Amino acid sequence: MENKSLVSIAELSKEKILYLLEMARLFEENPNRKILDGKVVATLFFEPSTRTRLSFETAANRLGARVIGFTDPKVTSSSKGETLKDTIMMVSNYADIIVMRHFLEGAARYASEVAPVPIINAGDGANQHPSQTMLDLYSIYKTQGTLENLNIYLVGDLKYGRTVHSLLMAMRHFNPTFHFIAPEELKMPEEYKIYCRQHNIHYVEHTDFNEEVIAGADILYMTRVQRERFTDLMEYERVKDVYILKNSMLASARPNLRILHPLPRVNEIAYDVDNCDKAYYFQQAHNGLFARQALICDCLGITMDEVKNDKTILV
Amino acid sequence: MIEKKELQVAALENGTVIDHIPAEKLFTVVSLLGVSEMDTPITIGFNLGSKKLGKKGIIKVADRFFTDEEISRLSVVAPNVKLNIIRNYQVVEKKQVNVPDEMRGIVKCANPKCITNNEPMDTLFHVVDKQEGKMRCHYCEKEQSIEHAKLV
Repeated sequence: MENKSLVSIAELSKEKILYLLEMARLFEENPNRKILDGKVVATLFFEPSTRTRLSFETAANRLGARVIGFTDPKVTSSSKGETLKDTIMMVSNYADIIVMRHFLEGAARYASEVAPVPIINAGDGANQHPSQTMLDLYSIYKTQGTLENLNIYLVGDLKYGRTVHSLLMAMRHFNPTFHFIAPEELKMPEEYKIYCRQHNIHYVEHTDFNEEVIAGADILYMTRVQRERFTDLMEYERVKDVYILKNSMLASARPNLRILHPLPRVNEIAYDVDNCDKAYYFQQAHNGLFARQALICDCLGITMDEVKNDKTILV
Repeated sequence: MIEKKELQVAALENGTVIDHIPAEKLFTVVSLLGVSEMDTPITIGFNLGSKKLGKKGIIKVADRFFTDEEISRLSVVAPNVKLNIIRNYQVVEKKQVNVPDEMRGIVKCANPKCITNNEPMDTLFHVVDKQEGKMRCHYCEKEQSIEHAKLV
């Protein structure tokens, strides 16, 4: 049987990404259905992540599935030394699909190799988090009407930020121009710049973050600059207030500009931006629900036609 | 006139001679090839003179021929090893170690947060650049150098 797991965004083709975005759009039109009636979705969170878990569980619940799982591995046998394989094999007996968050990198890949049911990676350490990327892509697509030829500005921690790396890889199909705006210590790692060159992705690097620099942006993707990422704390003190977006910086922005952030935010977007029509980060999180509904259904083998001709829609 | 050569180890009728093993890598090679489990006559030479290496190791295994997969395991520790296939006292074939496309269960992942270092399972690496000796972990996707890899 074909393994329908989703471990990494990098393994999705352009066609597949567009297909899943279209499916997400159908779920946004009618998010409440019974298309997963009789299915059991397991959410295994070996590391707490309330935001991601609630989004996945809501996605499953609104489609009529029932949800089992755990939110913290302290209550499970993995704290007694059970291997990941054994936990996955046990849960596969009960559930039709497993959504898994793990603190170890590669855990989702391994789980997808041993499990008889599909696995959706809900984050494996610093490695991959494909449902976040799908909701980012869906948000970009919805606000810009296309994924093609966009100017995407990534701001903040570009060194450790998993979301910006995955977004960069997923956008390779769509001829983007990236602008990397980061302090020296947190700039985009060389391996991703090599990736850009190999895939003919244009990029420009900046250390300044101001009104002029972002004037050409279609998408401004903000991330958090965390103190603990710095080896040199004087450098942190110097840059900590540089990468904060304020409403006054948006005076020259394009009308179609939208501001994204994977959340949680701390102080990198000033509160005066929230009421601006360009702020999109809360809707972005909402879009995660529809993106995840599409991912769960696709991994369960439910086709676009079945979603389109679904007779289980609740009004 | 034929130059007189002193044989450092007795000649082999049929089998494999693994030569030019850096002396310090000899016993690692012995273990990687599973020599201790073999039941054919085996000669192991240690700290023999070598113009190229200073001191080298050599392993002569009678009546045993290695598969390419077995040989490729050596690429991590001794990439310059030469294998001579002997039949009827003649070298009928010379083989070199080729870096394989994949390495399963041979080396550890350098990333302590990789699942392979925390779960009883085989490691798997995809060799991404044979010239530069770079491989990528199939699981955590971290790129690392083959040269610095530690054996499982």
